[in-house]
Amino acid sequence: MSDIDDIEGRRRNNLIQACELIAFRMGSQEFCVDIMSVREIRGWTKATVLPKSPGFVRGVVNLRGTVLPIVDLAARLGFPAAEPTARHVIIVAQIGEQTVGLLVDAVSDILTITGDLVQPTPDVASDMAKTFVRGVLAVDQRMISLIALDQVLPVCEQDAA
Amino acid sequence: MDAMAAIKQTFFQECEEQLGELEIGLLLIQDGDSDPETVNAVFRAVHSIKGGAGAFNLDELVHFAHVFESALDHLRAGRLVASGDVLKIMLRAADMLADVVRAARDGGSTDVTRRDALAAELRALDPDAASDDFVGGDKESSADDSDSFEPVQICFNDFEDGSQNESPPSGNLFNIRFSPKPDLYAKANETALLLRELSHLGAMEVTCDVSRLPMLDELDPEGSYLSWTIALRTDRDEAAIREVFEFVEWDCELDVALGGVAAAREDAALDDLIEKMQASVEAELAAPRAPPGATQSAAAGAPGSPVQASSNSAAVKADSGKSSPATIRVDLDRVDRLINLVGELVINQAMLTQQMLEAGLARGSGVANGLDELEQLTREIQDSVMAIRAQPVKSVFQRMPRLVREVAAMTGKSVRLTTEGENTEVDKTVIERLADPLTHMIRNAIDHGLESPERRAAEGKPEEGLVHLSALHRSGRIVIEIADDGAGIDRSRVKSLAASKGLIAADAPLSDEEIDNLIFLPGFSTASTVSDISGRGVGMDVVRRSIQALGGRISIRSKPRQGSTFTMSLPLTLAVLDGMVVTVAGETLVVPLTAIIETLQPKSAAVHGFGGDTRVIVIRDQFVPLIDVGQELDFRSGIADPCKSVVLLVESEGHIHSALLVDAILGQRQVVIKSLEANYQHVHGIAAATILGDGRVALILDVDAVVTGARAAPPAFEQFCAAEG
Repeated sequence: MSDIDDIEGRRRNNLIQACELIAFRMGSQEFCVDIMSVREIRGWTKATVLPKSPGFVRGVVNLRGTVLPIVDLAARLGFPAAEPTARHVIIVAQIGEQTVGLLVDAVSDILTITGDLVQPTPDVASDMAKTFVRGVLAVDQRMISLIALDQVLPVCEQDAA
Repeated sequence: MDAMAAIKQTFFQECEEQLGELEIGLLLIQDGDSDPETVNAVFRAVHSIKGGAGAFNLDELVHFAHVFESALDHLRAGRLVASGDVLKIMLRAADMLADVVRAARDGGSTDVTRRDALAAELRALDPDAASDDFVGGDKESSADDSDSFEPVQICFNDFEDGSQNESPPSGNLFNIRFSPKPDLYAKANETALLLRELSHLGAMEVTCDVSRLPMLDELDPEGSYLSWTIALRTDRDEAAIREVFEFVEWDCELDVALGGVAAAREDAALDDLIEKMQASVEAELAAPRAPPGATQSAAAGAPGSPVQASSNSAAVKADSGKSSPATIRVDLDRVDRLINLVGELVINQAMLTQQMLEAGLARGSGVANGLDELEQLTREIQDSVMAIRAQPVKSVFQRMPRLVREVAAMTGKSVRLTTEGENTEVDKTVIERLADPLTHMIRNAIDHGLESPERRAAEGKPEEGLVHLSALHRSGRIVIEIADDGAGIDRSRVKSLAASKGLIAADAPLSDEEIDNLIFLPGFSTASTVSDISGRGVGMDVVRRSIQALGGRISIRSKPRQGSTFTMSLPLTLAVLDGMVVTVAGETLVVPLTAIIETLQPKSAAVHGFGGDTRVIVIRDQFVPLIDVGQELDFRSGIADPCKSVVLLVESEGHIHSALLVDAILGQRQVVIKSLEANYQHVHGIAAATILGDGRVALILDVDAVVTGARAAPPAFEQFCAAEG
């Protein structure tokens, strides 16, 4: 086996490392996050409003004793804020040291993909795309945007200001 | 190596305990305690530190501990009289030892000249050294001693024989490490038979070490890869064990060690280390005065009847094992988790009760009775769990004698510290955060409070100043008092200083109490000269802020020429809080009960507009700013009608009274504090969150922040928020 083959093989291995994603809907668009950052998925319960917080923070709920902030992901990404009903779901995600609930319309799918299926984010002039979308996936004629969660909480925004 | 680091950490934890014991013991001796057990305890403390330090090759620590130990040994043997001067040196040596331990732990360095000077002083205490060349069969001259002690692991083997003679009849625990070489198998020996033979000697536990076993393709079929660790409890001696291996002696590596480790561990290296540490410590304790290689009879010839001393200490050791309550070390995280879970249990139980009532079940029904019992049990569990975290304030109080000595030495004052109520228990988190303010206040008491010895003499007071530190429980809080018998607060000077710094108007009419409280203002320091000890301008205001951050209050009482007393009152725990549950604009909030002075139903005549949309309310002829909590927290935009609301008169930072307007009071209850910052971030005006009986999250109001927020003009307030965010 030549060296070049070896390097090529290793590169392919990296790309082909399979990962699983959880896909969910917000309005008509589909998004997904890495399944490893998702702790659980639960139904919507009324949140306690936090004073002086950004509009996309819906408040806090009790998750078995943990005070869980709920981020309206639609509002966070610049869509109109959701009007949560009993059919909305909260994706409980781990972002760094913090646990955060993401309010979405519905969870649609679990995808098993390999790294080479992720296409770079289309070059559009949208802040949302630049800040949150790490890439797009083409699955069964659908476009699913891969979201990076590290920017979801408002902390970074305030630091920048 | 992680496991090694963990052991080292344990060692340093134990060091702290030993240092505490050491100091207590020395202070007892200083106070005239002549119980030999006290001296023994002091000796043991230093000895244990030395033993552990040797195992970790902390040479500096071993060396100093050794010198100290030798001096203590003379004290123990009665060759040295525990005079005041001797004890002063010893106390300073104890402080130094603490420094060396900390330096070893944190990787810093210590003051070498100070250390060496102290070491020299300690050596000078040695009566043997004083009487030139000591002759007469005493093998324990200090030089001999140091040679044999420094590398603890090395002298371990020598001790083994000595200690074995004194071993308890119930049987010795031997740790045997048996690693056969290939030749052993080549000569048709079978390890299983050897182990079986060994098992006839007593109860044993065998662990096979397969770590050297290679992968199959590298395996030499005739090689030897296995070794065994055997913990054998037997009443036979080492020779009997070696006899089992007699025929394979040359074809294996055999380690037989007398040890106290009952169970064989997975990590052999670790095991060895623990073994060595324990064996050496035990061996030394059992035969404290037998120098290496010395037989028992030779030691018996030494002055001070060492045989008696050794049996004494052995007996004492057994005693202390029995009498001291059994304790375990538990990771704080686990306790916290338990506390959280119990918090959940309490909430769940409340939810269950509420749901049962809603379901319309009769009060006398079986379910209701069961729930009542559950409630009682839950409360008991909560109390017990809280008690786990509760610790006596002793751990903080213990650090103070040293501080007092140091500050007294620096200021040239003579100070006596007395403590009271050291066993008063309070939550561990409170204790941890108590040390700094307490340190500061004691420094202040000595530096500013107490007068110089000359002035005291002139005033007709004893030259030795008195600082009294006490702790007690009062109505669900812990009250800590620091009292000195010094000059008290010089009110005219405090007032003129505050005026000169622009903190008050020069002609402000202030009561004595108000003047005393000026010292809590930021940037106030009464010391004319900035000293090393206190008076960097970060004086009492920092203390007050850190106390308030704990949910506590601090106050001062002072009498001219008789001294000052600072009183701190703190909550017993930071995990639960007594709160008043209120509603504001449809949201449920909890207001800490400690902040609330009274609640009242305002009449419309009492409320007055005061420029713009700010309002004041008259409460007993005093105008108090009225703060609409709903508006302050942006829960509503309009102004609430005071007549349909309830007013909470609160006291915030700096004894400022304000009236908080809320919609209704739901009740008063104890709530479990949950952090908002853990998963989100700090929210202005909100101290924390909690979970109420209905399972919903309720926010705990930060009264100080709401009051200051309402006072600040809007633009300044926004800037403040931006700076904070």
